[in-house]
Amino acid sequence: MKFLTEYRDPEVAQRYLEEIKKTVTRPWTIMEVCGGQTHSLVKNGILNMLPEEINMVHGPGCPVCVTPLNLIDKAVYLAEEKNVILCSFGDMLRVPGSEKSLLEAKANGADIRILYSPLEAVKIAEEHPDRQVVFFAVGFETTAPANALSVVHAHRMGLDNYSILASHVLVPPAIEALVSDEECNVEGFLAAGHVCTIMGMQEYYPLVEKFNVPIVITGFEPVDILQGILMTVQQLERGEAQLENQYARMVRENGNPKAMETIYEVFDVTDRMWRGMDVIPSSGYQVKAQYENFDARKKFAVNIPEAPENEECIAGAIMKGIKKPFECPNFGTKCKPENPLGAPMVSSEGACAAYYHFSDMINQLTPQAV
Amino acid sequence: MEVLTQKERRIKMQLSCPMPKLDFEVITLGHGSGGLLTNRLLDSGVFDLLKNDMLDQRHDGATLNLSGPTAFTTDSFVISPIFFPGGNIGELAVNGTVNDLAMCGAIPEFLSLSFIIEEGLTMQEFWDILVAIKFACEQAGVKVVTGDTKVVERGKGDKIFINTTGVGRLHAQAQISSTRVKAGDKIIVSDQLATHGIAIMSVREGLEFETTIESDTRNLNHVVKALLDDFGPNIHLLRDPTRGGVGTVLTEIARDTQLGIDIAQRNIPMDEQVQGACEILGLDPLYVANEGIFIAIVAAEVADDMVQKMQASEHCRHAMIIGEVTEDHPRQVVLTSGIGGKRVVNMLVGEQLPRIC
Repeated sequence: MKFLTEYRDPEVAQRYLEEIKKTVTRPWTIMEVCGGQTHSLVKNGILNMLPEEINMVHGPGCPVCVTPLNLIDKAVYLAEEKNVILCSFGDMLRVPGSEKSLLEAKANGADIRILYSPLEAVKIAEEHPDRQVVFFAVGFETTAPANALSVVHAHRMGLDNYSILASHVLVPPAIEALVSDEECNVEGFLAAGHVCTIMGMQEYYPLVEKFNVPIVITGFEPVDILQGILMTVQQLERGEAQLENQYARMVRENGNPKAMETIYEVFDVTDRMWRGMDVIPSSGYQVKAQYENFDARKKFAVNIPEAPENEECIAGAIMKGIKKPFECPNFGTKCKPENPLGAPMVSSEGACAAYYHFSDMINQLTPQAV
Repeated sequence: MEVLTQKERRIKMQLSCPMPKLDFEVITLGHGSGGLLTNRLLDSGVFDLLKNDMLDQRHDGATLNLSGPTAFTTDSFVISPIFFPGGNIGELAVNGTVNDLAMCGAIPEFLSLSFIIEEGLTMQEFWDILVAIKFACEQAGVKVVTGDTKVVERGKGDKIFINTTGVGRLHAQAQISSTRVKAGDKIIVSDQLATHGIAIMSVREGLEFETTIESDTRNLNHVVKALLDDFGPNIHLLRDPTRGGVGTVLTEIARDTQLGIDIAQRNIPMDEQVQGACEILGLDPLYVANEGIFIAIVAAEVADDMVQKMQASEHCRHAMIIGEVTEDHPRQVVLTSGIGGKRVVNMLVGEQLPRIC
């Protein structure tokens, strides 16, 4: 398949691996920011192929994982309102809220629909003028343009029964929060290729400069990731800290101006609570006041008290890269995808679930259970 | 003589079976009451489609004359949407049970057929489903010998549910059992993966995308019989990876046999369009449903011959050896990725849910 096969070529991958092995002279800790990259690393068995000097830690770039508990509770509450059709991306459904997940609410009769595009939700709103349609708009900068566009469309069509429950999060402030954290020992970053496809590169230069840390914007196929790691290691070994773009076939310096224009039409930047990481200043999008009729938070005035996170879950330490999933005492025992204690065990992009699904660690832990 | 494809044969049958003129267009509760309306439905010519000497007796049940080891299986079909590219729930219900029998090493012979219809199903839809059932029965060479029709109130079903139960005598040479799987055995998949699941997805509400992918639903009993004729006891295990896909079936086999399984990504046969759809939708094809393929675990010495024979048959053109059974890593399925990395394939938890980005 064009544009995929080339980036999964075993010989090319092998060449990059050898180059990494030749280049590395001491241990380095590198974080891949995006959950899609975590998924690819584990799914393709790359973690086991890298030289032991390279310690990959798995960043917070899994939208499912960082969506706060309270927001899941709000989504469940809205879905259970009799007149609401709640539309969501698929992998949000299994995330445990404080009482139940959306999947459980669905089983209890709530009208919850799995969609691939928020524009489908607008269509559903158009077809059901007597129902309120709420789209659970989570994700990073990547999904923001389509979610914003759904609001623009609904506005243009004069729909008064469409709104979004927005919980967008942004990558650069998260990287800043991570490198500022005393416990964090990340020495180089693979930045998320698709986020930068939308937003471009400019937000990352100040980070490289301020924290003197190499950042390589990287794609998602095995060869992309290996090349991204090589470029990071080369910088580290040379003692440099620069912004580089491995994913140049997609990422432009200025990103996708049209998509950004749509984002800024509908959203403005706000402080945002990240599950496991607390509130990060200016790290999310909220619906602008002029579109407040499309903001489910304002429209439905849902007041649900903040529920405490499950204390046994170390999601924060996982997402900051301080701990690996298998270093958690509950990994694979008390906490499994069928009964997750926290979000990283839910989405296939979450570090815990990725390890659980694709690695043999789980079988070593519980030989009978699998 | 011109050889028709399955699709052409199906169209030919549809054309030769136009719906009879009826004085009702929609099935209502009364059609399942057992009274006058039920009889009118039965007499309307609808069930003439499935005509055979045993069904024609219209008794409470069928009397079968079976001898020797017999396989017996049942399956219920609740798919949505009921019509999808490449077929409908009718042929799925026949092929599903026929193939389950074939996986036991049996020659499918007789089926029961039960409908639970939600009132409001149109007669045309029901007719199309029946024609598909007739077609699938003829392809597989099985007879529907007993059946039942119930109608439930609107909202109490999802258009139509079908249950089929089947029996068939075991092939004389069949010795299919997970206890016969041993280290060194080769693992063959009979055709391309994930085709059915992706065909269904392509028409689900909210996910519609344009493609020419069609479900691979089809009967596998003839090819399985031919393989048993030639390779008999060298075939150790047969499974059809329907729900849960190839990944789930292989993990079940590893668990049941206490042996390890090695498979190689690069040998897994897949249609390029299906692969592309899986990439876009964020689905792992190893866990996507199939209807027209099977996994065979066979003695290493016959594997190549068997694949050659399969590739020459209509429904197994892309048969491949995808891996082997090993004593290493017991109870684990290990996949070698396209770039040579290794990872474990675990059982899927719940439904495979599409990822956000």
